[in-house]
Amino acid sequence: MDVTPDNRAEEIEEYRPVDSRQRTSVRRMLSGAAARRRRRVAIQRAVFFLFRSAAGINGLALAVIVFFMAANGWRAVTWTFLTQPPTDSMTKGGILPCIVGTICLSLGAILVAFPIGVASAIYLNEYARPGRILRIIRLGINNLAGVPSVVFGLFGLAFFVIYLKFGVSLLAGVLTLGAMSLPVIIGSAEEALKAVPDTYREASLGLGATKLQTILRVVLPAAMPGILTGGILGISRAAGETAPIMFTAAVFFTPNLPRSIFNEIMALPYHIYVLATAGTEIEKTRPLQYGTSLVLIALVLGMNLIAIVYRSHLRRRMG
Amino acid sequence: MINRQLSERWMHHFFLVVATASITVLLMITLFLFMEGLPIFKTVSVQDFIFGKYWYPTSDPPDFGIFPLILGSVFVTLISAAISIPLGVMTAVYLAEIASARLRELVKPVVELLAALPSVVIGFFGMVLVAPILQDIFNIATGLNLFNASLMLAFMSIPTICSISEDAIYSVPTSLKEASLALGATQLETIVRVVLPASISGISTAVILGMSRAIGETMVVLMVAGGAAMIPSSIFDPVRPLPASIAAEMAEAPFRGDHYYALFATGIVLFLFTFAFNLVADHIAHKYRQVGEGTL
Repeated sequence: MDVTPDNRAEEIEEYRPVDSRQRTSVRRMLSGAAARRRRRVAIQRAVFFLFRSAAGINGLALAVIVFFMAANGWRAVTWTFLTQPPTDSMTKGGILPCIVGTICLSLGAILVAFPIGVASAIYLNEYARPGRILRIIRLGINNLAGVPSVVFGLFGLAFFVIYLKFGVSLLAGVLTLGAMSLPVIIGSAEEALKAVPDTYREASLGLGATKLQTILRVVLPAAMPGILTGGILGISRAAGETAPIMFTAAVFFTPNLPRSIFNEIMALPYHIYVLATAGTEIEKTRPLQYGTSLVLIALVLGMNLIAIVYRSHLRRRMG
Repeated sequence: MINRQLSERWMHHFFLVVATASITVLLMITLFLFMEGLPIFKTVSVQDFIFGKYWYPTSDPPDFGIFPLILGSVFVTLISAAISIPLGVMTAVYLAEIASARLRELVKPVVELLAALPSVVIGFFGMVLVAPILQDIFNIATGLNLFNASLMLAFMSIPTICSISEDAIYSVPTSLKEASLALGATQLETIVRVVLPASISGISTAVILGMSRAIGETMVVLMVAGGAAMIPSSIFDPVRPLPASIAAEMAEAPFRGDHYYALFATGIVLFLFTFAFNLVADHIAHKYRQVGEGTL
């Protein structure tokens, strides 16, 4: 039925409560709506509780893992533990070579990945125009980010260790981890470059600077804190990786600290794996395993916390 | 002036060349995987390799069938996805839609720190704490099994799923939500009927990338999955997913012997799995890109 002003008036007339019986039915209708509303809100409250719990479970998992390692490991972490090499076929002593090895590996990986990653990000954000080239480059980065860590290990073994004849060495591990960190660095550097307001670029170009000058003297300095934060995250990621260095850099045991980039090394994550699975005295060396895990967690989460705090500080300053 | 323009053009090319480094690395990975992996197919046919039911690389004569390993990977990934998808997406919804700004500032770093935990530590945790507990509760022979590995992997893929989903949910235009709320929908109804449908492409991408992360994760399955190269019949059976097999055996495989080639070929299969996952994710992200109100 078409609603014209006339018959709408009729309708309203029809529904106007005329006697008390009709009035109660309207009231019932309204109270029904209120009840439904209450039910909908109750459902919402229940479901939101589920959502909140899901978020809580993440926090719980993190807390349980960190607390478990800390509670079991803190006794093992002594000054000697941090400053001595392992002794008695790795059933006693410390983890100094592993700490040094991991620091060398992760810093080296960033030295390789940082310049390439930042330059890639500059191209993507400052030079590239939408089109096929950009699409292919992005596809490459996304897929590189998705390559499993053990496949990076295979690649490092085939290319750096065997083909380029670096042998199992710090250098091979650094390059493998560097290739792996590349997408992380590119991603964070791009985000940092994007956050630089276009007015900065326009002001610089307007003053007669070339594009390169603008990038080097205006855009990069403004983006640098964000880029560095990404670098810290990259280091921490590289420090925790095991599979890429298993075939390329790390060995069960070497008494010496690395003296050249062609030395094989020990590393914290691989040391945990070896002690926990391959040793002859797995139960006896548990304290060492907990201690090493605690040191690795402290190293990795510490760097992440620094990056997170620094970043939120930056955001607050910019926002 | 001409000089300056010339050097500008050179710089453009320089940055372009550097930016192709990622693709170069990707191509090199492909090249070397195939170079070291393909020779196995002189000994075994592709079909026998992929669908062969027995993986006894060191017996005489050796069997190179990775079907149990593939199934191990697939099951571990699916079960971990069943845990990580609901948890990850719900956390993302909580962060983007429900949490107050202050709680958000607190929970987001927690998810990031969870992502930062080294996989070897999570594997170790699964070995020493979760495995004995599972063994007691379910009264099973070993706590190192399919279920334990899936559980540990779930917590490794939750951060991936959560952060990408959150970005997608967060970028749903406010006007859509306001329209729904103005029509009398509750916040939950708005989330379920408006926000989630609008961000479904981003959430799908997140889920696929999360699963891709789970299938490629090595240390956790190496330490926790139990390592038996057989087709599992229950979720408490030990399995040996593809990455675990590669990582565990590469050290003892004779250089450029059949076992070595077979492990590289296993790497090819794993690489193709994740490559396919990533291509699908990329395709969804581009085809169903959410741009603004106009596209919905």
